[in-house]
Amino acid sequence: MLGKLSLSAIPLGNPIDMGGVGVMVVLVICVLGAITYLGKWQYLWKEWITSVDHKRIGIMYIILAMVMLLRGFTDAAMMRSQLAFAGPGHAGYLPPSHYDQIFTAHGVIMIFFVAMPFIIGLMNFAMPLQIGARDVAFPYMNSVSLWLTATGALLVNMALVFGAFSRAGWMGYPPLSELHFSPGVGVDYYIWALQISGIGTLLTSINMIVTVVKLRAPGMKMMMMPIFSWATLCTNALIAVSFPVLTATLALLTLDRYLGMHFFTNTAGGDPMLYISLFWTWGHPEVYILILPLFGVYSEIVPTFSGKKLFGYTSMVYATVAITVISFLVWVHHFFTMGSGGTVNAFFGISTMIISIPTGVKLFNWLFTMFRGRIRFETPMLWTLAFMVTFTIGGMTGVLLAIPPADFVLHNSEFLIAHFHNVIIGGVLFGAFAAYSYWFPKAFGFRLDERLGKLAVGLWVAGFYLAFMPLYALGFMGMTRRLNHYSNPDWQPLLIVAAFGALVIALGIVTQIVQIVVSIRRRERTVDTTGDPWNGRTLEWATPSPPPFYNFAELPIVAGRDAFWEMKREGWKPTEPETYEPIPVPRNTGVGFVIGFFAVVFGFSMIWHIWWLAVFGFVGIVASMITHSYNKNREMPVSAETIGEIEHLRFAHLPQQV
Amino acid sequence: MLLLSGCNGFSLINPAGPVGLTERNLIFLATILMLIVVVPVIVLTIYFAWRYRSTNTQAVYTPDWGFSRRIELGMWLIPCCIVAVLATVTWISAHDLDPYKPIDPAMKPVRIETVSMDWKWLFIYPDLHIATVNQVVFPKGVPVAFDLTSNGVMNSFFIPQLGGQIYTMAGMKTKLHLIASRVGSYNGLSANFSGGGFSGMHFKALAMTPQDFRNWVQKVRKSGSKLDVDRYMALSKPSKDVPVTYFSSVKPDLFHDILHQCFVGGSDDCLSADASARR
Repeated sequence: MLGKLSLSAIPLGNPIDMGGVGVMVVLVICVLGAITYLGKWQYLWKEWITSVDHKRIGIMYIILAMVMLLRGFTDAAMMRSQLAFAGPGHAGYLPPSHYDQIFTAHGVIMIFFVAMPFIIGLMNFAMPLQIGARDVAFPYMNSVSLWLTATGALLVNMALVFGAFSRAGWMGYPPLSELHFSPGVGVDYYIWALQISGIGTLLTSINMIVTVVKLRAPGMKMMMMPIFSWATLCTNALIAVSFPVLTATLALLTLDRYLGMHFFTNTAGGDPMLYISLFWTWGHPEVYILILPLFGVYSEIVPTFSGKKLFGYTSMVYATVAITVISFLVWVHHFFTMGSGGTVNAFFGISTMIISIPTGVKLFNWLFTMFRGRIRFETPMLWTLAFMVTFTIGGMTGVLLAIPPADFVLHNSEFLIAHFHNVIIGGVLFGAFAAYSYWFPKAFGFRLDERLGKLAVGLWVAGFYLAFMPLYALGFMGMTRRLNHYSNPDWQPLLIVAAFGALVIALGIVTQIVQIVVSIRRRERTVDTTGDPWNGRTLEWATPSPPPFYNFAELPIVAGRDAFWEMKREGWKPTEPETYEPIPVPRNTGVGFVIGFFAVVFGFSMIWHIWWLAVFGFVGIVASMITHSYNKNREMPVSAETIGEIEHLRFAHLPQQV
Repeated sequence: MLLLSGCNGFSLINPAGPVGLTERNLIFLATILMLIVVVPVIVLTIYFAWRYRSTNTQAVYTPDWGFSRRIELGMWLIPCCIVAVLATVTWISAHDLDPYKPIDPAMKPVRIETVSMDWKWLFIYPDLHIATVNQVVFPKGVPVAFDLTSNGVMNSFFIPQLGGQIYTMAGMKTKLHLIASRVGSYNGLSANFSGGGFSGMHFKALAMTPQDFRNWVQKVRKSGSKLDVDRYMALSKPSKDVPVTYFSSVKPDLFHDILHQCFVGGSDDCLSADASARR
């Protein structure tokens, strides 16, 4: 009746596990209690859960990313503290059975449920505003994507309570991830969380590509788009091409585990190397999926805060497109040590180096945008400067790893860990935080507290260098990744420094939490009625903050790059038009959430082999989709009067024009 | 870097053989080449940020300047030149340091068949008919030719101070050539996560004088224990933190049969009747 699920799946005997479960349960109860106490259930359902507004969906994606960041960071802190203690003669406090789950979960969560939802949230929120669109091309599908991603995140967290998560590393390499070596449900949690959220991501990519291609404001040619929108287009092209590879690879692994097939097994003709190659066919483009949108963000922030046109727009676009294409030609550098031979290794080493050229060009572009500018050091710009310095170092160590014989000694070492955290924290996360502080006033109509924001930058940067520079050195000392304990006394001092670095990062995170609380409480002081708090250059700053649900009462007409900057230069002032047109907007729908609910049921019952429930979940998903496809009443016209009222209110609050 | 090389803990900077030394020098060379771009970028980032701060009204301000053919040409070409040099270095070194390439074709290497198991290393000396667990010994100054496989999960065989690593995979044979130029005891480990006992999967690699090596071989031969199929089957059960073990003799073709997965029902190409009987 319940498949493999029984009461013994709940880790009652493990105090650390149960502590985690306890904290999670208390938090959930607190949040649910607060919503009930404030009587916000209806508001939440009507305005957020069923919303198909790209801005709200974007914000929900980012909230998901931030919540999961806390979980992922907790895992990181546990690993760092374990390794600070588990030196010669000590086993530390986390046995391998638990520790191996933690580093697997850390990788999975940070990549799939922090970085991905963060960038998708940013693209969702900002791109349609930047290109002067009223929403994405498929608003309902956007909602489905969000709830499928949330489903994946929920499944990963359910592994804390029911059973255990995968112990096979975030790449899930077979044969270790095959049934023979990992008989529990851990790998199944991994598979279904990634499969379900992966479908959401794929749907998003279709949505974003169509939006960029079809919904640009009148007059906006491709080469007039803001760089962030270009980055969105390239990123989603990468997603659309690479995510199906991951889906297929995991499906083959699923067939091995569920139906006794032999795609990746050791025996009966299976080939684990095939999985590794397929995994990185997705995995390397994935790295650029993560970083390209943030390259776009930096390309918005540097000109804005330098008060200057972006240097080399055309170069920037071609560099982005070049990265998009070349990112599919480098994947073998993840397994130079598999014995491919000199020529194959050299080919992929060189292709990896070639991709550093357009990346370097981007850095020079930002550099020469700052050159002869008027640079304001507000929080988004500080994150950007921290990125430019940090990422350059990470890029250098990356090229070093691209030289096969250098990789032979550095592969899978702490040096590698330092390298990819250097580019992911220094590039993706700093960029995400830069974007968060940059677009926050647009989303909510008031700014984040500057002083706390700057403090957070300082703590994160200091914490990052303290936590990861020692790992570069440890790589040179022959320390490999994923060790649970070690007997080499030389390593311990550096690992203690790294743990201290994690502590400083923790302070940075606490500062960010305090920042958001303080900013909300003091929002009257930083309120932005102009819609343009940073003296912006692109169209998202032409609408009020927060933008109305239809984004633009009148669609802007675009004649060049930096559309809003040019409008302002030509003396544009927010003036109230005399008449308004009615605007059709998509109607909210709960179907996305319902599909997400059925997906949770389906995923959970597949993991635990509760077949009847899996059928129920699957039928639920399909039935919801079919039912909704008969719903022809998806748009509601908003009358000119309603729009007039909303807009009038906005103009009444504008600061007096001088 | 000079400062670091004085420190003993840095095994990659302090290699004990020519393979490791060439790899280290390659890392140094590539780093220096890249610093040609990296240092100016970091310095300019900080300098421009300071020079063109908004409070510095003395600095030139050109809000509409966004194109310069010369600068754009430079920022594409300079990285291209450095990558061209690096690519050449990569092409040559990837072939020179291919782990499959014998170090000196004129010299007869010590052959060692290596099997990664849950969670220990088995070393078989096919020419000496002995075997060890979690300790590998060879004479200094003589090339060592490793043939590697796994009896289950994937691992990576790595002695950082001697040179690069190579994966071990079930049903497949990989090769690695190393040489130690001085006597010493070097840490060896698995560099690819392989499950619960992974952290204990390290061993010592001892490079000895030829005379000491001969003595050591004699010692192993007298150690009494034989590695036959029964002993191998017992050994292949998962175990953690396994102490150093010596085997005075090894069943012939044991490595071949492990490679062909004869003990887990993988192949028809088994050389030993015993092995096929186990299927």
